[in-house]
Amino acid sequence: MTRFLTREAAIRWAPLLVLIALVILFTAINPDFFAQRNFARIAIAAAPALMVAIGVTFIIVMGSIDLSMEGAVSLTAVLFCFAFLWLGGTLAAGGWLAIPLALIVGGLIGLINGLVHVKLRIPSFMASLAMGFVGTGAAVLITGGDIVRIEDDTFRALLTWRIAGFPLMVYVVVILAFLAWFIQNHTTLGRNFYAVGGGEELAHASGLNVRRVRITGFVLAGVFYAIAGMLQVAKLGQAESVTGANFMFISITSVVVGGVALWGGIGGVWNTVVGVLIVNVINNGMVVIGLPDYVQDGMLGLLVILAVVLSTDRRNISFVK
Amino acid sequence: MYELKAVDKKFPGVHALKAVDFQVKRGEIVGLVGENGAGKSTLMKVIYGAYQPDGGTITIDGKTVRFQNPRQAMEKGIGMVFQEQSLISNLTVMENIFLGYEAQFVRLGVINWKAMAEAARKQLAKVKLDIDPATVTASLSFAQRQLVELAKVLTLEERVDGDLVILLDEPTSVLAEDEVKMLFRIVRDLTARASFIFVSHRMDEVMELSDRIYVMKDGAVVDVVNRGGATVEQIQHKMVGRNVDREYYREQRQKPYDDSRQLVKLEDVGLPGRISDISLTLHPGEVLCLVGTEGSGREAILRTIYGMRTPVTGHVTMKGARIERFTPQAAVAKGVGYVPRERKVEGIVAGMNVYENMTLSQMGHFSNAGVLRVGEERKLARDWIGKLSIKAHSEYADCGNLSGGNQQKVVLAKWRSGGSDIMLLDHPTRGLDIGAKEDVYEMIRDMCDDGVGVILVADTLEEAIGLSHTIIVLKDGRIQKRFDCEPGKKPSLYDLLHAMI
Repeated sequence: MTRFLTREAAIRWAPLLVLIALVILFTAINPDFFAQRNFARIAIAAAPALMVAIGVTFIIVMGSIDLSMEGAVSLTAVLFCFAFLWLGGTLAAGGWLAIPLALIVGGLIGLINGLVHVKLRIPSFMASLAMGFVGTGAAVLITGGDIVRIEDDTFRALLTWRIAGFPLMVYVVVILAFLAWFIQNHTTLGRNFYAVGGGEELAHASGLNVRRVRITGFVLAGVFYAIAGMLQVAKLGQAESVTGANFMFISITSVVVGGVALWGGIGGVWNTVVGVLIVNVINNGMVVIGLPDYVQDGMLGLLVILAVVLSTDRRNISFVK
Repeated sequence: MYELKAVDKKFPGVHALKAVDFQVKRGEIVGLVGENGAGKSTLMKVIYGAYQPDGGTITIDGKTVRFQNPRQAMEKGIGMVFQEQSLISNLTVMENIFLGYEAQFVRLGVINWKAMAEAARKQLAKVKLDIDPATVTASLSFAQRQLVELAKVLTLEERVDGDLVILLDEPTSVLAEDEVKMLFRIVRDLTARASFIFVSHRMDEVMELSDRIYVMKDGAVVDVVNRGGATVEQIQHKMVGRNVDREYYREQRQKPYDDSRQLVKLEDVGLPGRISDISLTLHPGEVLCLVGTEGSGREAILRTIYGMRTPVTGHVTMKGARIERFTPQAAVAKGVGYVPRERKVEGIVAGMNVYENMTLSQMGHFSNAGVLRVGEERKLARDWIGKLSIKAHSEYADCGNLSGGNQQKVVLAKWRSGGSDIMLLDHPTRGLDIGAKEDVYEMIRDMCDDGVGVILVADTLEEAIGLSHTIIVLKDGRIQKRFDCEPGKKPSLYDLLHAMI
């Protein structure tokens, strides 16, 4: 094997090749797929999912898992709407204050996740799954099962104002993805995620405060869930207790399909971006070529298994629990 | 009856077994001794089928056999009692004994527990253990578990025609004295049923139990001693007797240390069950070697200094300040660097590149408000790659792909570049080839010249003697003896072994 065909390179570029292949495949079946309007549709569908997926990417890179996203997205979306309306109902009138508020709530959900996981020594998947249910429950409690609507044109501009055919929220998401990449590659926090995921004992033995890194990771993920919650409100113009539904499967699928290793330390934001695009291209493409939606779910499930099989060096793993 | 002829085993870079001849007769207890790395465990793995030899033959009663895995060896009557308890602690005694062989008690897919308990009781009687076979293994004492392991291996008796050979790997390491006596009595009684191969670090026990003793050194059998054919001292000489080249350990570069300053001072430090009353002092430019067998407390001392354990008694002082909070973070801030034994687990992060690994313990020096200055990190890595001639294509190389020696250099560079001047080195040369070892020795001397104090747990006794200014010999968590090791007045291997055992 040549030096350039390393595993690292494969993990980095294989998902992108899959994405390109999918685009070519769908275009070949139905040329309507390859249209700017359709790409905008994919981008809008992918935008909130990407924020959730990036949030959980940090956690997975640490070797943990966070399943609280559905509850976190619902709760932050609902709280954002209530705060937005209470603060005047328009962005200009003071509704903008709801944005930092939602981010703080997201961070707090993450903080609780992290504290429960680290301080009570509960496995992260259990702690966060429980926290997700609490979030969904709280969202039902607050809304009483109703739908909260936002009809501020300035805020909805995220969806309606288009530049070069793509709505504003797509550009916001691109900028935030770059921010996430910056955190990953250029901050001590990002480096610490990889150190903890690559070798927790070693990180500890190098004098890192592993517990603090873990908690910070969950807080960061929570903030990204809150962003997703607000984008979802911008997209739909409303929030309810099921606003976050389906994000768990979509985001984890995307992260895995993008090539981020579930045991930590490998992959990153770039993989997640490609993974989210793959998942959304498949979802969209199957509609375009006219397959029923239950086939889509099945396809995505198969894709996850395929991605893990291809991206894992399974000879080196002796036990799988 | 069981015989190895000219068995050879090679691993990349290591010739682990060199034409080993080995023989076990019916009803015999054969001892196997040698230093760490002499090839004992490789030999055992060949015997019980975990490794396949590259050359030579294995015969049982004159017939050549070849094992693909331990199960095949078991079917020929070769059983292994592992040093690390290999019983599954949440299962019952009988489930452990018949693990993988439950089929004999199964009727229509249902296990007949009564029959299994009855059969287990029969096995336990062989080792004179009177316990309920339905006991959960976790509730047994170490000695009882050892006997259950033995009983488990003895089930081979019913399954296999022909003779049994049972390997005992350090079976006494966790037992008290009277338990050892009991175990030996049982083993002697069992020689009517099986032959034994007994491996232990404790020379007196090997001498007491074995009919013949194989002495291994550097992958070869150097001597076979019959019972009473040699004294403990003579065997020890055979185990270690090799020429030590003074050049090799850079002895000419050993300079007296600066005893006017103290980097680390331990006073009566104790951790229950691990170490007690440990007092020692480390000075700038000094190499202080901790010598002792596995479990003698060497690692506990290193980990205490590094803040991973909090001593229950006594005090630790570093550079004049008493340590109150024991955390690795506090130790790193005091200038302590730790090069652990398990390089893969605690030394480098595979998947992270050279510069990321080097700055892992000191990211604070390379960042503003959490934002890293990657350019400076890379420059530092390039400097050290040059300084230590690390063989990596660039600072972007994945550390997981470097050779062991180069990984070790990255770990040392990580601490040295951060200005650590108290270095704790646990087996820094383990698994390295000779050239890489010499590089590490050179680096240790360089560090001393820079006024760094080094606490070393060496891979071999020669290494300890060759490198150190001071040697502290530990046994069962206590300091036995302290040697000054000025060049020309170094203690001999024999002096050390005498204090160790």
